[in-house]
Amino acid sequence: MAQLFRRRANALARLALIALPLFVAGTAVTLFAFARSGFWTRVDSPIEQPVPFSHQHHVGGLGIDCRYCHTGVEQSSFAGLPPTETCMTCHSQVWKDAPVLRPVRDSWQTGAPLKWTRVHDLPDYVYFNHSIHVAKGVGCATCHGQVNEMPLTWKTKQLSMRWCLDCHRAPAKFLRPADTIVDMNYHAPRNQLALGQRLLRENHVNTAGLEDCYTCHR
Amino acid sequence: MSPLTEFPLGAAEWPEEVSRRHFLKLMGASLALASTGACTRNPPEHIVPYVKQPEEIVPGKPLFFASALALGGYARGILVETHEGRPTKIEGNPQHPASLGATDVFMQAELLTLYDPERSQAVMNRGQPSTWDAVVGELAVAAQLWKTNGGAGLRLLTRNETSPTLLDQISRFLAKYPAAKWHQFDPLGLAPAALYHFEKAELILSLGADFVSLGPASIRYARDFARSRRPGEKMSRLYVAESTPTLTGTMADHRIRLRPAELEQFVRDLIAGGGPSKFAPAIARDLRAHAERCVVVADEFASAALQTSARQLNESLGNVGATVDYPIALATSARDLRELVAEINVGKVETLLILGGNPVYDAPADCGLVELLPKIRRTIHLGLYHDETGAACRWHVPEAHTLESWSDARALDGTITVTQPMIDPLFGGHSRHELLSALLEDSPTNGYEIVRGFWQQRLPVANFEKVWRKALHDGLAEFQVVTPNRAPALPPPVSLPDAPPAAPDSLHLFIRPSRQLLDGRYANNAWLQEFPEPLTKIVWDNAAMISAATAQRFHLGEGAVVNLKFRGRSLRAPVWILPGQADDCVTVHLGFGRTRAGSVGDGVGFNASALRTSDAFWGGPGLEIEKTGDTHPFVTTQHHWDMHEREQVRVGTLAQFQQSPQEIARPEEPPPREDETLYPNVPYRQHKWGMSIDLNACIGCGTCTIACQAENNIPVVGKEQVALNREMHWIRIDRYYDRADELTNPRTYHQPVPCMHCETAPCELVCPVAATVHSSEGLNQMVYNRCIGTRYCSNNCPYKVRRFNFLEWDANQFEVPITRKLMRNPNVSVRTRGVMEKCTYCVQRINAVKIETEKADRAIRDGEIIPACAQACPAEAIVFGDLNDAGSAAAKLRRSPLNYGLLAELNTRPRTTYLARVRNPNPELEDLTT
Amino acid sequence: MNTFVTEPVVQPGYDSAAVTKKIADVVLARPLHRGWILGFAVAFVLLLLFNFCIGWLFLKGVGIWGLNIPVAWGFAITNFVWWIGIGHAGTFISAILLLLHQDWRTSINRFAEAMTLFAVACAGIFPLLHLGRPWVFYWLLPYPDTMGMWPQWRSALVWDVFAVSTYLLVSLMFWYVGLIPDAATMRDRTTRRPLQLTYGILALGWRGSARHWKRFHTLYLLLAGLATPLVLSVHSVVSMDFAIAIVPGWHSTIFPPYFVAGAIFSGFAMVLTLAIPIRKFYHLEDFVTLRHLENSAKVMLVTGLIVTQGYLSEAFMSWYSDDKFEIYMSLNRMFGPYAPAYWLLIFCNVVVPQALWFKRIRTNPGWLFAISLLVNVGMWVERYVIVVTSLHRDFLPSAWGMFHGTRWDWMTFIGSMGLFSTLFFLFLRVLPAISMSEMRDLVHKKKEPAR
Repeated sequence: MAQLFRRRANALARLALIALPLFVAGTAVTLFAFARSGFWTRVDSPIEQPVPFSHQHHVGGLGIDCRYCHTGVEQSSFAGLPPTETCMTCHSQVWKDAPVLRPVRDSWQTGAPLKWTRVHDLPDYVYFNHSIHVAKGVGCATCHGQVNEMPLTWKTKQLSMRWCLDCHRAPAKFLRPADTIVDMNYHAPRNQLALGQRLLRENHVNTAGLEDCYTCHR
Repeated sequence: MSPLTEFPLGAAEWPEEVSRRHFLKLMGASLALASTGACTRNPPEHIVPYVKQPEEIVPGKPLFFASALALGGYARGILVETHEGRPTKIEGNPQHPASLGATDVFMQAELLTLYDPERSQAVMNRGQPSTWDAVVGELAVAAQLWKTNGGAGLRLLTRNETSPTLLDQISRFLAKYPAAKWHQFDPLGLAPAALYHFEKAELILSLGADFVSLGPASIRYARDFARSRRPGEKMSRLYVAESTPTLTGTMADHRIRLRPAELEQFVRDLIAGGGPSKFAPAIARDLRAHAERCVVVADEFASAALQTSARQLNESLGNVGATVDYPIALATSARDLRELVAEINVGKVETLLILGGNPVYDAPADCGLVELLPKIRRTIHLGLYHDETGAACRWHVPEAHTLESWSDARALDGTITVTQPMIDPLFGGHSRHELLSALLEDSPTNGYEIVRGFWQQRLPVANFEKVWRKALHDGLAEFQVVTPNRAPALPPPVSLPDAPPAAPDSLHLFIRPSRQLLDGRYANNAWLQEFPEPLTKIVWDNAAMISAATAQRFHLGEGAVVNLKFRGRSLRAPVWILPGQADDCVTVHLGFGRTRAGSVGDGVGFNASALRTSDAFWGGPGLEIEKTGDTHPFVTTQHHWDMHEREQVRVGTLAQFQQSPQEIARPEEPPPREDETLYPNVPYRQHKWGMSIDLNACIGCGTCTIACQAENNIPVVGKEQVALNREMHWIRIDRYYDRADELTNPRTYHQPVPCMHCETAPCELVCPVAATVHSSEGLNQMVYNRCIGTRYCSNNCPYKVRRFNFLEWDANQFEVPITRKLMRNPNVSVRTRGVMEKCTYCVQRINAVKIETEKADRAIRDGEIIPACAQACPAEAIVFGDLNDAGSAAAKLRRSPLNYGLLAELNTRPRTTYLARVRNPNPELEDLTT
Repeated sequence: MNTFVTEPVVQPGYDSAAVTKKIADVVLARPLHRGWILGFAVAFVLLLLFNFCIGWLFLKGVGIWGLNIPVAWGFAITNFVWWIGIGHAGTFISAILLLLHQDWRTSINRFAEAMTLFAVACAGIFPLLHLGRPWVFYWLLPYPDTMGMWPQWRSALVWDVFAVSTYLLVSLMFWYVGLIPDAATMRDRTTRRPLQLTYGILALGWRGSARHWKRFHTLYLLLAGLATPLVLSVHSVVSMDFAIAIVPGWHSTIFPPYFVAGAIFSGFAMVLTLAIPIRKFYHLEDFVTLRHLENSAKVMLVTGLIVTQGYLSEAFMSWYSDDKFEIYMSLNRMFGPYAPAYWLLIFCNVVVPQALWFKRIRTNPGWLFAISLLVNVGMWVERYVIVVTSLHRDFLPSAWGMFHGTRWDWMTFIGSMGLFSTLFFLFLRVLPAISMSEMRDLVHKKKEPAR
């Protein structure tokens, strides 16, 4: 009776023994990588907006303070987006006929609000509060990146829970002095850890509660 | 999370029942969901900023506005929490004399009514959609005629009204059309005869009155009463003689169960200072011993004779001026409903305006308004719903909700509150003022100008603007227009008529407002439909309540359907055997059996007002019942009332307390000492949140349950699901009876049960994914977004306070519409199917205060954080605070000798603890029972 | 081996060739039998029902079942424990009896192990269906996620995940390794090429050389050694799902041994339920002899007595503990609303097995079949009673409630039997239900004069 399998069947069998586990492991790794990829998390991908607003120009160029537009940031959970009124304070004089600003002017005339697309979109079960972070020494750029270099705004961080915990578990690594909160070009000093520890003490940060689930989830 | 995006996007919403076809269509989807549901990329969300941002609004921060809600016409002050203009929660106004910062279930649930998508949304003319202008036009045309004939045939029908502006408008209306008439009808008919000061009382005798839980002053009374019963300080004594159980009766030191006839005999004996009744002599002595420091309260639904004799008792004991006052007597020229009916019958009425209310449903059956209204040429109904009355009228006009319109109202003591709108009318309604001003053809025509205009010309002061703004801000106006407490002349002493010999088979009928739906105005309010009736724990139903003996006499079991025959009328109703009910008495509750309430309220229960007649408004003798053989399935949230020697509620007498305070709360088996463990005890350095619930104060009204539901976005599940024990209330009120052997007149105990936040929580160690863990401040945290729904935690919770989303509750019939989403508290996650949930001590409130204080770099003050249940409680039974702060109220109560932990012998170390109940019986009567 | 046995483990008159032929022909020579087709059809319909139930479950949520608060666990957990218990007999027979040189195991270990596999497959599904949000089941596994979270290691449910998956893996390997020589035999006996290829691949190029045999036996013994502790560990872990909870009726130290005994008890019942029809249907009475049935019956008798001891000690301990909750729980089980279920389980698991004291019954396939069915029922009811009656009245009377299985509960349970029997019918059809290689061994041994 003829041989059922050729010689290479042995080779194939051995190969299969190696390939199978590799395949399983590979799939897992790919999935993990994908879940962390920019495509999935939308990190570093600029978001289309009704008006191509440029932080690079307004912050980097004109040096407007973050809080001029994001007025809620020191009082509320929500930093707030400027009402059309705020835009018009300047743009009723400068660039008053620029075609890109038509939506703003329309909004001002018709009273229909502008509809911006969220860039930093946390899940609805996460209760992030801007005011407390700003008050305790977390700089804008720490989470939002150097918006002063962004012609269109994009995410620079994944905003995953693990990323949040990196800071909540070791805040000293990230805190900065109160006067530098909105500074886009701030660079952590060499003695950051010492500084962080000092700020933790001075700002009376309740480090015990930082890892409580209820701090962010309700 | 930003308040602008608080709504869960794309939350799966399957209808309760899915057709086979639909099912097959969705099958693939569901399997896909099951496989990839956890890892779908977020859909883009949008932020829509204001065009012009109102200066006081900071997105993400709530604002509070003062206003008032009326019960039977009398105002109870409220503060309304609004988020970006959406009212999301109603609290009591601490400065308002009638609410003192607390609420009742109806005030809490008013929110759901405000957002009810089934409120009427368009003017209707003969069932066809019409417009507001059309109504105004119709009135203008008619006005021409009225000007000539002085408004002959023009009639106005309102409920009890205390609004000065409205009363002024009406008087001007009557002046303008002398031939027109104003009629008043209120199904509650609440015109309290007296104002009581229970805080000053050392002895209280209630003759069937339910003063702690019903009536325009009940909130204040409940608080005063609770404050008068602090074992440590001073403790009043409460006698209750009644035929049908009330919440007040459950608080009694001596509850005397009497048939109506026996009750009148009892009162006669009291006045006589003695007699055959075995209780009267002792109580009469006790009353005289406490002259000027006692109160006698008569059931305001009882016979006038009983009320008068109660008043005589108060006068003779010199209580008037000390513990009893008389409320403002509203000078009113209103005529009653019977007169109107008579006139309609003889065709004298050609135009009828019904300002609010639903008389077709809730007027006594003998009025027969259903047949009469169509006889009238022009009928106009202003109401929140296109209800029974709206359908019977030619015109129906959607009414603006109190929280949507300008008005004003008086509290029982005369305090005036200007009520302001929190939001524009959601469904384009109009207020009573606006309709009246259209009728009067005067300007201004919008609510704000009408109300403000009235007060401006009533108070010609220079700084009116300042006074006005302060009144709006505080929620009560300093300006008084009539002075309260004008004691009306004492009517001549009437001796109670001897009770007529009751016919052998004749029973006594009691018609009472429902503790769930009041008079039916809340029939379409799912929160209240699913609110367990405090005494029976029945939901989504009302019952004919009888005593066990009566049930035996007629061979009736629980749920047996009977025909109630009363004065020529008949009504089918299922019976419920109620411990403490007097024999031969049947109690029915109003508010159910609606036909045009909406999808929630239609066909739930039976309509008790079908037995109501003008001469027997609250029932009376002469009821007959006959068995039909049918049975009706009742659904309750508690099936066992015996404590099974588990010491849930610990009770003692004041005497015991004074001898050895520790004894009352001492458990049979003491909990293990904290050091009896192999593990290190967790130190709680920062805060140590704890709650104390005073069973001596809790009146079992259930306001905490509804307040919690409103605060925490708790869904409603419907009768069928409650029947499966799937109700979702985070704080329930357990009701136990002692004397398990005999249930004729047991003592009733109420025990609110929220999460105990055990320091060694059994639920925590069994969760496989750490979805429920302990916080650094001792909160037992439940993380919805981590929960995978093994339900192990619930199995291991000895208190069974955890609730599970067995189905997609939020997609069920009560929750779909967008208005419901507007109502939600943006600071609490809306839970989806398959996750566990439970009381969080209102962590969203804790966090809010913590953040503010940490920003301000100051310590949290005691009482700064108040959970919804504690804030709403009229009796101050629930106290929350930081146990690390030795001075905090909660810490003090925890040190009380009466303090004990529920099932503490299991070593759960509950953070929620209870104060044992203390009775203050009269030694002379202690051994007597009825 | 013991000499005073009347019944042989294999009837005389077989040589290696005959044994091989008889077993292999069941698969290769025998045509599709109407009986098989009918049985398979029924099984497959039930399997479809199972899928339907699962689809509806994912669509609507666990609310379609009768679950509630307080009874938050119901059929799903009952079925899980029942199936996993059934699995145990297979491993017990193939591993432990192998190590103990019980050669009567030879002719039943193959399908007993198959039974184990399929039972564990059914068991494995239920905990997932039981979840409120089954699509995030993988949070039960420790992996580096984006949340920086781990499973909660103190929870017995996490231990379950590992216990059950290990069990499935080891049983699968053990079963497959035992199959290799037979796969080769099938490869060589069949004449149809596709079959040759399939069996050939399964045989992994087995040539029956001495080296192959040596390695085979070593590996087989090693796996047996690996599987043996699992027989005890898996159901001990499962029992801890209950034992670590504070619920009266669950919180008990007797659970691990009592559950393991129960598992083997129900497992052998299932072995008999399957073996008796099979040997009749395929005329294998000569290989699966009365001796096998009798031995299985003896095991059932012993384990049944251990289980009885479990019931007694439960009742005794709740009285002896003088704990009001425990006492109430026991009384409620015996005389409460679920009393019928309790007495049914006592009848099936305590009274019925006593019949096995009599040899006449132990050697009567008909009786044994009936008894095994009753025990299967009894053991399911036992789990039902443990899960439901303990929960429905625990600590606070105010929270007490009742549980009733809905039609979805029942359909899902019956559907899982469809999955089991579908797999089993296919197994009978494509693989030798009795290990030919080991049978040849046995026949060979029997030829030698007893030393």
